[in-house]
Amino acid sequence: MKILVTVKRVEDYESKIKVKPDNSWIVTEGVNYRANPFDEIAVEEALRVRDANAPSEVVAVSIGSAAAQAEIRSALAMGADRGILVKHDGFLDSDAVARLLQKVVAKEKPDLVLMGKQAVDVDDNVTGQLLAEYLGYGQATFASKKESLESPEEKAKKPGLSLGADKKSVQVAREVDGGLEVLEVQLPAVITVDLRLNVPRYASLPNIMKAKKKPIEELTPAALGVDVAPKVKVVRVEAPPARAAGIKVPDVATLVKKLHEDAKVV
Amino acid sequence: MATILLVAEQAHGHLKKATLSALTAAQRLAQKGGGQIQAVVIGAGAAQSAQELAAYVSTVHAVEGGGFEHGLAETHSAAAVEAAKKVGATDVVLAATAYGKDIAPRIAAKLGAGMASDILAVVSANQFKRAMWAGNAIATVEVTTPVKVVSVRATEFPAAQKGGSPGAVQQLGVTAPSPKTRFIEFNEVKSARPELTEASVVVSGGRGTKGDFKPIEALADVLNAAVGASRAVVDAGWQPNDLQVGQTGKVVAPKLYIAAGISGAIQHLAGMKGSKTIVAINKDAEAPIFQVADYGLVADLFKALPELTEEVKKLK
Repeated sequence: MKILVTVKRVEDYESKIKVKPDNSWIVTEGVNYRANPFDEIAVEEALRVRDANAPSEVVAVSIGSAAAQAEIRSALAMGADRGILVKHDGFLDSDAVARLLQKVVAKEKPDLVLMGKQAVDVDDNVTGQLLAEYLGYGQATFASKKESLESPEEKAKKPGLSLGADKKSVQVAREVDGGLEVLEVQLPAVITVDLRLNVPRYASLPNIMKAKKKPIEELTPAALGVDVAPKVKVVRVEAPPARAAGIKVPDVATLVKKLHEDAKVV
Repeated sequence: MATILLVAEQAHGHLKKATLSALTAAQRLAQKGGGQIQAVVIGAGAAQSAQELAAYVSTVHAVEGGGFEHGLAETHSAAAVEAAKKVGATDVVLAATAYGKDIAPRIAAKLGAGMASDILAVVSANQFKRAMWAGNAIATVEVTTPVKVVSVRATEFPAAQKGGSPGAVQQLGVTAPSPKTRFIEFNEVKSARPELTEASVVVSGGRGTKGDFKPIEALADVLNAAVGASRAVVDAGWQPNDLQVGQTGKVVAPKLYIAAGISGAIQHLAGMKGSKTIVAINKDAEAPIFQVADYGLVADLFKALPELTEEVKKLK
């Protein structure tokens, strides 16, 4: 089977995010970039599903500037077979990304599209669902695992998604409010992954070297015939309101007094 | 006249509280852009929930029956779109819960609408504020399409108040599309405590608990609080997934948030910074959690929490 997996280039979540003085965007100079952590979980799952269902192929796709090659290479170094970069400089809204991915899916015809549930830059959490609707596919969002991340199943690196015997459907446990919901989705399908589906592997040095030789195909929105004019524009970015500085209390008795008399919350 | 359609969330004939916060957002949108609000409730028990919602909204459409029992994104988004077309909706508003996040983008795609996701505030008829980069920046986004879909961070809006006279409930007949997904089972996490996103007090534990949540739970019980957890705790399997507070877990904004043994990673702070009063208890005086805390106590949680539990009991 063929699995398409997305890897978005995002600001490293450990970098300090600062807003530009003209409030147009965030400061990007001096910020580290990396693959969206949720997408890394999607790549890991794609690799596990591939290896449990040989022969299969994993294709890593990114949409962004030429620099996003680095994130595709990191997916290839984890073990993906080849890459696709849809090259575009500047902001794309999630709807444009979904319609670009729709065209990539039409071209590649994967059985499964795996994506992070959200990218940790714009925190939108909509692209997978939009893609599923545009494709007319079933979806399972927030894919998780029934076992904990310290379980023997995880240590054995088993996929959390379980394919049906005929490989025409997949069972997915979803993290929803109040518990875990299990859905069965017909293939082809779009699945977005949550934090606890797996622990992504580190790329080994030999695999990083091998990844340099793996092919990355370049496409453009124009070549895919997609108008990327945004439906949602970012008109202003500002720093969040700061919290007033708090105080340290010496002991529990003082804490309770403050909570009772000043904050009036107990 | 513009019509705003509120897509309600319910289970077994009972409205979810987040829906009333989404209604407040819809009312603010109506104030900015004009228009009236109608609602749709979908799923098993929808007719009963619709009655409950009619105390707040003048017209509530209920979609029930074959194909809509479970909250499948394909069928529920189709029903919401049928309702939107019937009322001529210019806006579709819903709470950004797991259910709302699952179905809202499919509604937007079907309607050709732009979508503002997980909004914190209504700026104008087509501009909204939302958090990006784990809440390290607040963006104002503009939806440029004639029809808009808006999902709402429920903790940022108070619950709507009941209207004067009860509204009308109408059955809306929709033929469910045959979905490509099938519901298998729901493994509910049962708890006697209030739900995390709805509680007015939350007591959360982090790595400092070493997995022992007894002191957290004891304090939560005397405060009638919900129990929360940091990502490290949930990843370790010490507590169930749905207790995670953070950018990628639940976003909470209670009156009182007590963080015990939580260092305060950015992604955790993103999930609780909106709380009215924050208390941090941590052995490490340098822990980043103290930077957002109104009251910080440098102490071992295994000593401080039982003391705190006893002191609170004395007040009651």
